[in-house]
Amino acid sequence: MKILVCISNVPDTTSKINFSGDNKSFDKNGVQFVINPWDEYALTRAIELKEAKGGNVTVLNVGEADAEPNIRKALAIGADDAIRVNANPKDAFFVAQQIAAIAKQNNYDMILMGKESIDYNGSQVHGMVGEMLGIPAIVPAFKLDMVDDSTARLEREIEGGKEVVEVKLPFVASAQQPMSEPRIPNMRGIMTARTKPLQVVEPVSAEVKADYVGYSKPEKKGGVKMIDAENAGELITLLRNEAKVL
Amino acid sequence: MSVLVFVEGFNGEIKKSSLEAATYGYQVAQQLGTTATAVAIGEVHEEALAKLGEQGISKVLYDADSRLNQFVADAYVKVIAKAAQQENAKVLVFSNSNIGAAVGSKLAVRLNGSLATNVTTLPKTDGGQFIVTRGVFSGKAFADVNLTSDLKIIAVKKNAFEANHNAGATATIEKLSAELSDADFAAAPKETVMQDSSGGVLLPEAEIVVSGGRGLKGPENWHLVEDLAKALGAATACSKPVSDLDWRPHHEHVGQTGITVSPNLYIAIGISGAIQHLAGVNSSKVIVVINKDPEAPFFKAADYGIVGDAFDVVPKLIEAAKALDK
Ligand SMILES: Cc1cc2nc3c(=O)[nH]c(=O)nc-3n(C[C@H](O)[C@H](O)[C@H](O)COP(=O)(O)OP(=O)(O)OC[C@H]3O[C@@H](n4cnc5c(N)ncnc54)[C@H](O)[C@@H]3O)c2cc1C
Repeated sequence: MKILVCISNVPDTTSKINFSGDNKSFDKNGVQFVINPWDEYALTRAIELKEAKGGNVTVLNVGEADAEPNIRKALAIGADDAIRVNANPKDAFFVAQQIAAIAKQNNYDMILMGKESIDYNGSQVHGMVGEMLGIPAIVPAFKLDMVDDSTARLEREIEGGKEVVEVKLPFVASAQQPMSEPRIPNMRGIMTARTKPLQVVEPVSAEVKADYVGYSKPEKKGGVKMIDAENAGELITLLRNEAKVL
Repeated sequence: MSVLVFVEGFNGEIKKSSLEAATYGYQVAQQLGTTATAVAIGEVHEEALAKLGEQGISKVLYDADSRLNQFVADAYVKVIAKAAQQENAKVLVFSNSNIGAAVGSKLAVRLNGSLATNVTTLPKTDGGQFIVTRGVFSGKAFADVNLTSDLKIIAVKKNAFEANHNAGATATIEKLSAELSDADFAAAPKETVMQDSSGGVLLPEAEIVVSGGRGLKGPENWHLVEDLAKALGAATACSKPVSDLDWRPHHEHVGQTGITVSPNLYIAIGISGAIQHLAGVNSSKVIVVINKDPEAPFFKAADYGIVGDAFDVVPKLIEAAKALDK
């Protein structure tokens, strides 16, 4: 089975987010980048399926050279090879175009990625890739198993419940917890990752359709109002009369 | 030219988040000097469709094909695309739900549109631009994005807009049929399982959420969370370790790796306020924190706080909440 796992390189959740002085761009200074946490669910599930059934896991990142340490990390976790499309990922449509172009050159049985990236929180790329390739996109999925060599069984979340879907290969799916238990690379993995192939390709030309023009931060909260535990019931009165949320 | 809103049904009614999207669509239509049409799919009562008039919708296109009673992305996309074409829609509006994301991203490709999800403002349209603000960095920032295609597709963040309520106004209903083929159902669900969240309030839709963490010590104490939720008409939620320990089901876990919620009121009981938890709740309008540790990081994100033992404090809250006249 040939699986493509798309990973994005995102600021660690604990990072303080800052923008350039004119608020026109994100300031990468001092920010630690990690594999998007949702993508790790996709990556480890792909590796588990490969371990059970054989095959190959390719990781794909649309990003600049500074993403390579995290691509190597994905290889250390157990992916076989990697492709980096050498471009600054400007919007979801642009990224989806790049992924679809790579997918068209190779016959992947499934294309997996995270439910959203924790930087732009778009939840768009998976559906776009599915549509560009004319294959189903099962999003967001929290369970993925093979029924037989050509059919997968997924469980996807819907508001208030879940759907069980059986689908023929190939398909796109986005992953969320608890699809798998993300792994930490071991020493052997880190050593072998250095020798695994990482191919760098140039982007296909693609339109950017959502142009990011500025950033801002939420207004600071007014600070917390403390209520004495002895008179806890007073909180309910405040929530009704002052905060007006009850 | 018109604005088209895709509304989702639940138990035959229109979801609250879709009523918000309908209101948003109506306001955009007013801005552009046009009208707002809604498209509804599957099992929704006709009265509920007509009542979309209260949100400013003038016409509802309705596809009642029973195969659409379950969500099937490709089939839904076909119906909405047909409606968009028929109405010559220039703006498509959805709720930022799992369904909205699944169909919005496909429609952006099929109809060659620009898509923005998680949107928190009406568009700014000066100088021929179409700029909306959306939440990014898991609630830590906002981005302004200019949608450059002729067709703009917007998924509106839940609870970011209040639904209009012009009592008595009705929308006309027209049947729509998209001539669906078997191929559109290739990824149809074999089974749909609804999980009743306590009190029947859907967590992602809820205006009030009462959430418990590891500080509650065990599932046998969850009646504290449930009783407070019941008294307030709230949905219940939990932190990740609580669902990892199987004290509560996974679909109740909020945070970076769980559900994102943005209710008017979020009450956190015995939750430390780790940054991964905050990522899923920090856009709540009012946050209340109850924790016995005065140094718990959650107090920094809170509007109201009580330092105290949940086992003493929560029963007092339940009592006070029950005494509220509704
Ligand atoms: C990649 C990643 C993703 C994650 N995603 C999520 C996520 O989506 N959601 C999430 O919640 N977490 C997530 N986490 C975990 C997160 O970092 C925290 O571990 C978790 O939120 C802690 O849960 P908690 O506050 O319930 O438990 P604890 O950290 O154990 O805190 C319990 C709190 O209860 C208080 N307490 C104890 N007894 C009482 C009492 N009797 N009365 C009142 N207060 C009491 C304590 O003072 C403490 O503050 C993630 C972590 C990682 C690394």
